[in-house]
Amino acid sequence: MTETVTIDAAGLHYTPLNQMIRSAVAAGAKEIVLNNVNGHRFIGNGLRGTDVRLIINGVPGGDLGMFMSGPTCIVHANAEHAPGNTMDAGTIYIHGNAGDAVAHSMRGGEVYVKGDIGYRGGIHMKEYREKKPVLVVGGHARAFLGEYMAGGLLIILGIGKTCPVDERGIGTGIHGGEIYIRGDVPDRHLGIGATKKPFGADERERIRPYIEKYCMEFGITDSSLFEDEYVRIGPASARPFAGKYTWE
Amino acid sequence: MPIGSTPPKFRVRIDQDQCMLCEQCIENCPYGTFRREGNRILVNSRACTGCHRCIAMCPRDAIDLEEKPVAYRSHPIWTREAREAIFNQAKTGKIVLAGMGNVLDVPPIFDRLLLDACQVTNPSIDPLREPMELRTYIGKKPSRVEVTTKPDGDIELLTRLAPNLRCETPIMIGHMSYGAISLNAQLSLARGAAAQGTFMGTGEGGLHKRLYPYQDHMIVQVASGRFGVDIDYLERGAAIEIKIGQGAKPGIGGHLPGEKVDESVSGTRMIPVSSDAISPAPHHDIYSIEDLAQLVRGLKEATEWKKPVFVKIAAVHNVAAIASGIARSSADAVVIDGFRGGTGAAPRVFRDHVGIPIEAAVAAVDEKLRKHGVRNEVSVIASGGIRDSADVTKAIALGADAVYIGTAALISLGCRVCGNCYRGLCPWGIATQRPDLTARLDPDIMWENVSNLINGWTLEIAELMGAAGINSIESLRGNRDRLRGYMLDENLMNVLDVKTVGAGA
Repeated sequence: MTETVTIDAAGLHYTPLNQMIRSAVAAGAKEIVLNNVNGHRFIGNGLRGTDVRLIINGVPGGDLGMFMSGPTCIVHANAEHAPGNTMDAGTIYIHGNAGDAVAHSMRGGEVYVKGDIGYRGGIHMKEYREKKPVLVVGGHARAFLGEYMAGGLLIILGIGKTCPVDERGIGTGIHGGEIYIRGDVPDRHLGIGATKKPFGADERERIRPYIEKYCMEFGITDSSLFEDEYVRIGPASARPFAGKYTWE
Repeated sequence: MPIGSTPPKFRVRIDQDQCMLCEQCIENCPYGTFRREGNRILVNSRACTGCHRCIAMCPRDAIDLEEKPVAYRSHPIWTREAREAIFNQAKTGKIVLAGMGNVLDVPPIFDRLLLDACQVTNPSIDPLREPMELRTYIGKKPSRVEVTTKPDGDIELLTRLAPNLRCETPIMIGHMSYGAISLNAQLSLARGAAAQGTFMGTGEGGLHKRLYPYQDHMIVQVASGRFGVDIDYLERGAAIEIKIGQGAKPGIGGHLPGEKVDESVSGTRMIPVSSDAISPAPHHDIYSIEDLAQLVRGLKEATEWKKPVFVKIAAVHNVAAIASGIARSSADAVVIDGFRGGTGAAPRVFRDHVGIPIEAAVAAVDEKLRKHGVRNEVSVIASGGIRDSADVTKAIALGADAVYIGTAALISLGCRVCGNCYRGLCPWGIATQRPDLTARLDPDIMWENVSNLINGWTLEIAELMGAAGINSIESLRGNRDRLRGYMLDENLMNVLDVKTVGAGA
């Protein structure tokens, strides 16, 4: 088995495609190039291997890298909904836009989207011990960004946008983690339980490595990404609904 | 104006002549009902939850506990419960949480369904000497099978069979998470289920390492919070269950408060210590049957189509149409949880007023799936208020393949259904994480209770089947002719598709 394996996905159902990927990884392939990907769902689902790279030429369907634990996926196109869904470890780079629920419930690993994402981005992301999920979006995000977020980092760079998140429900029910949005968002867009917090030098340094990684992967040279002000949004309380209930 | 305190619900008395001041009652009551002053044990009845632990552990039978008669003016409509709920909310302005199952005084439909037995004209079957087939396979079945005959005469099956769970009894244990119940309770249930060749659910709290020895008998749950869910967890389970809804609280999510998330629960759920574990009402990647199908297939794809995937929903008004959609989603089984289903904590108003009984839901689902020609494509598991082997038998006759039990399994561990699970102080070591309380439940002993319960019910089902002239659980499934409705209205009997008592074959 050579280090690189190329698979033509044209006309293939997602199950045999994933079987071919798994077989290649089991045989020792370190790089798998998928050509003619056209809406194939579940690519890399549950795939393990920290030293494995999937190069995806075409548009992957929903749930790219779901439950994935280790590999790196590079998508040279847009991606459908929920890339990184409940991902455990690994990295996904999307050289285009992505659909709804990007990084849904992600527990570890990183997702980088060059362009825009849809609704519910980073929803219910959570962290555990050394695992801290990160979602970096170059463009804008739609409503319900970071809802119920329980950990991790969500960074919206808003490149070319006047308001990177111009819709409501940002961080509704957030009880862990942080959302960084370049520039500012109106207070009325914040969801219940979300609050703006100070953005200082420490916070700027915290997000710097991820912005650097974004720039490096997508070939962006824009120093303003590092110098501009960001609005930092976090939980107003670690127990957002604790006061809602009483005993029988 | 202050409302003042409400009367105690229980009256606890100690027979001072019997009491030998051993202080077992003080030690056993985490609610602080007892204290010692000099040579007397004094009682604060107001603290009592009726958990019965003190009575069970008193070596001299010196404790007497009774529900205290209502001190309010009696009224048929404004019951004590109704008035005290208003007092509570008038004081707090909050949602009232409650534990265990529905407490409304409405008769279980199961009690108004009667089973058949053979007499004279058709022989009953003697389970003492005849084989009774209770083994149940949960999962997809092919509509037809194709075979070929090989040159050597062997028959080869060409149809690819979907993975099924092989249960030696139609009784499984439903999902009660680590966090909601203790690890010792889960270990007892898991070992008991494994001993009987059946399965139990993990709930949405992940799979603790100590349960790994029983993983082949565990169904791992994926709920909206996705707690403890990673590829390793999915691969360990014998099956995977997507939890959409729960009978005790249809339409809303779950919430394990941060104070219950200790180091061990945190490790299993994979969230920080003391962090709230919030399962939102919907899965954020499911907003339609198509989305559900996507998650079902996503889970199958991640586990290489080796695991059956169940979908659990609460029994609601439109349950049959929803189940029909689930049957087409690639799911292998639909789990229906009726409005008597238990819970660690639910808003009281949901627990008691939302959803429909499991009896009607199972009958409606079975009929709809048959009408749509997809009943064979999916198994049906009934849960929510299954109290004995008669309920199991009736549920299967109404159309279920198998049942989940929850509260019944906890009762086999000592639970007295006091309904205070949400307080985290369960004196029986079940619905608590407090080490001194969980230590009261020894899984190396208590698993036998669970195993015995399932075994006893299974024997009874075999006897009931034999009496009805049935020797295979498959012949009982959906066999409404083995049921008759007694004191049920005509409309309900139409939904159940059963005849009235007195009607012949």
